[in-house]
Amino acid sequence: MADADIIPIGTRGQPGRGAGVRSSSAARGLAAKSGANKKSPAAKPTPSAPVAEPPTRDTDDVIATTPVEDEPVIRTASLLDDAAAVPSGLVAPARTEERSSSPLAGIPVGDWLAAFQHASRELFGDQWEPQLARFLAFLRRRLTGDYTVDEYGFDEEVTTRFFLAALRPIAQKWFRIEVRGAENIPAQGGALVVSNHSGTIPIDGLMTIASIHEQTGRHLRPLGADLVFRLPVVGALARKGGATLACTEDAERMLRGGELVGVWPEGFKGIGKPFSDRYKLQRFGRGGFVSAALRTGVPIVPLSVVGAEEIYPLVGNIPSLARLIGVPYIPITPFFPLLGPLGLVPLPSKWLLEFGEPIRTDEYDAGAAEDPMLVFNVTDQVRETIQQTLYSLLMQRQSVFR
Amino acid sequence: MGAGRTVLVTGVSRDLGRTFARTLATDPGVDRVIGVDVIPPRGDLGDVTFVRADIRNPVIAKVIAKEDVDTVVHMSVIATPGSAGARGTMKELNVMGTMQLLAACQKAEQVRQLVVKSSTIAYGASSRDPAMFTEDMEPRRPPRTGYAKDVNEVERYVRGFARRRPDVQVTMLRCANVIGPRVVSPLASYLRLPVIPTVLGFDPRLQFLHETDLNRVLRHAVLSDQGGTFNVAGDGLLMLSQALRRMGRTSVPMPGIAFGGLGSVLKSARVADLSPELVAFLTYGRGVDTTRMRADLGFEPQYSTAEAFAEFIATLPPAGGRADRVLAAVAEHLPPVDEDRPAQLTVAGDHDGRR
Repeated sequence: MADADIIPIGTRGQPGRGAGVRSSSAARGLAAKSGANKKSPAAKPTPSAPVAEPPTRDTDDVIATTPVEDEPVIRTASLLDDAAAVPSGLVAPARTEERSSSPLAGIPVGDWLAAFQHASRELFGDQWEPQLARFLAFLRRRLTGDYTVDEYGFDEEVTTRFFLAALRPIAQKWFRIEVRGAENIPAQGGALVVSNHSGTIPIDGLMTIASIHEQTGRHLRPLGADLVFRLPVVGALARKGGATLACTEDAERMLRGGELVGVWPEGFKGIGKPFSDRYKLQRFGRGGFVSAALRTGVPIVPLSVVGAEEIYPLVGNIPSLARLIGVPYIPITPFFPLLGPLGLVPLPSKWLLEFGEPIRTDEYDAGAAEDPMLVFNVTDQVRETIQQTLYSLLMQRQSVFR
Repeated sequence: MGAGRTVLVTGVSRDLGRTFARTLATDPGVDRVIGVDVIPPRGDLGDVTFVRADIRNPVIAKVIAKEDVDTVVHMSVIATPGSAGARGTMKELNVMGTMQLLAACQKAEQVRQLVVKSSTIAYGASSRDPAMFTEDMEPRRPPRTGYAKDVNEVERYVRGFARRRPDVQVTMLRCANVIGPRVVSPLASYLRLPVIPTVLGFDPRLQFLHETDLNRVLRHAVLSDQGGTFNVAGDGLLMLSQALRRMGRTSVPMPGIAFGGLGSVLKSARVADLSPELVAFLTYGRGVDTTRMRADLGFEPQYSTAEAFAEFIATLPPAGGRADRVLAAVAEHLPPVDEDRPAQLTVAGDHDGRR
C-alpha cells in the first residue's frame, strides 16, 4: 500500500536542483538507493497516522515505571533515584519513528537520563546525589539572593567557592607557591599582614589571599587603593572578595572586628617599579598601617613575597598616556603590547612566601599611635624585616622559574 | 494633661509625617500634637491639630508662640520636588523653610527640644568612602547639587541653632533609605520599576530603614532625653544585585554615563527620578554605623535591612523565580542535605590537589 500512495513532487524524486536536467554529482551520490527513497517518505505517514497512541507506547515499553503524560521534569528526577534501572543500551530501538512527531523527541528521555547520570558521576564523584543536591541548594541561594554579605560587602560563600577555587590551581600549578612560616599567622583575632608589593598587576595580593586561606582557613581582608573602587567590575569584585578601601577608618574597624587584614604599603610605587629595581622596597607610605595597628593593638605580621617581580617584567612606561587615562602607569613588558592579550599571561616564576615573626604592638601605651617618631620606627622595623627576608629568600632561590 | 507637652510636627502632608504625627498624638507622654504644612494632609490626622502654615515665612513663629510649643519635630526636608514643583521650590522649601523654622525656635523661649529627620545622604557616595560612616565623619566629596546639598545645609543650620540655643536638646536622626509598602521615595520608585537599570560593573551596598522603624525612632527621640546626631538604619546590608535577585526582577546593566542619561528620560516620563545623588548612591553605595543609635540613643530597630526589604517586595507584583522553581522541583527528588555544611564544588578525583 505504501508504494501506491506516493505523490511525487518536483523532479519525481530525482535528486537535483528542481528544474535542472541533470543533478549535481554530490546530489547523485546522495541518491544511491533510488528504489528505497520512494519507500521511506511513504513509510512515515502510515505508522504515525494514529498519532495519539504509538509514540507513547514506544516510550512506555522502554521506561515502564511512570506514565509519560506526567510533567517531564518530575519524571526525570524520579528516575534518577533508581540509577540501575536505566542502562543506556535499552533505549535504542525506539528512535527513528519518533523523529517526525517533535524535534525534542529526537533523543529519547532514557538517553538524556543516562547521559545526565554519567555526567553527574563524572563531575561530583560517586556521592553525586547529595553533592548535586548541595550544589542545587547553593544555586538556589544564589538565584534568590538568600545569602548574607558583611558590612564591607564581603560575600564569603562566593569567595570561597569561586574566587578561591579559581585562584588555587594558579597558585599551586602555575606559580608553585611555597609558604613558609604560616604558623606566624594568628589563628584568630585581628592581625595585620604587611607585604611587599610587586608584579605590575597586583596578582601577589590575590596569591597571598589564596595561600593564607589554604594554610589557615582564614580570609585575608585586603585594603585596596581608591583606584580599585573607582573602576567598574574590579571594584565590585574586590568588595565581594573581602577588600575595602585603604583608609584609617576601615583599617581600624576591620582590625577591631578581629579580621586578618592585608596591606601593601608600597602601593603603586611597589607594583609599578621598573624591573631593574626588583626586590628593592619602596617607601612605606606614611606609616598609616602602623598607627592603625598601634591603635587597635594587633600584631603586625611581615610577609615577604619572592617571585612576583618576575611575572610581568616592567621595562617601560608611558607616563603621558597614563596621566591621560588617570592610572598610575601604563606598563610595557617584553610581551605586553607586543603579543596583545597573550602578553597578559604571567610568566610562571616560582614563588616563595615567608611570613615573619609577628611584631607585637599591644605593649605600647595608649598614646603611641600619636607619636610620629615611634610610628616611623615601627614602620622601619617592618620594612627592614621584609627587605632582609627578601634578600635571604633570593639567596636560597635556585632560579627564577624553578 | 500630665506631662503637658506640645509637639509641633512639620511636613504632615506626606504619609510618613502624617503617620508619625498621628501615632505621637496617641502617646500618653504627649498632650497635643500640631501638624503644620502648606498643603492639607490627604489622609486622616486623628487627634492632630492641623495648622495650615508655610514654614518659609514668619507665620510659623506665631504658631509656635501661640500654641505654646515645647518640642519641634522637623520632617519637612523633602527628597523629591514631586508635588512641590521644580527643584527651585524644593530647595526653597528645604533650606529656607528650615532657616525660618529654626529662627522661630530660637525666638521661642519655651522650646526645649528639636528633633530633625535628616538622611544618610549627608555622607554622599563616592569611591573614596569608608565602608561604614560614623556620625562624626564628613562626606568625602561635599555634595554640590540636589537633595544631598540641601540636607547638608539643613544640618549646618541645625548645628548653628544648637550652638546658639544650648539649652535646647537637639536630636538629628540621619536615617538610611526608608522603605516600606507605602513609601514613595526616589529609591522606592526606582525599585518599583518593572525592569531595573543598574550601573554596569558596580554593586552598591544598600541599607534600609522600615517605615515603622522611622516612626518609632522619631517617637523615641521625642520622648528620650538624649540629644545628638545618630545614624539610624536596619541591621545588615544588601547588595543591589542581591536585592534584585530577591525581588526576582530583571536588571539591565548599563554604563555609568548611559545610566545618568536614562535618569533624565525616566524623570521626564515621571516614572522615577534618578537624580545625580541617587546615581552616585547606586554606583558606590553607602553603609552607616549604628553603634551610637543602640548605645547612646537606646533605640533598636524592629526590622533588619533584609526584613524591611522583604516586606517591601511582598507588596510588589510577583515576578521571575522561574529558574528557582525548576531547581526546587529537581531538588525535591534528591536526598535532603545538611544546610550547615557548605556545599563543596569539588570536581571528582581532584581531592588531593592540595598540599
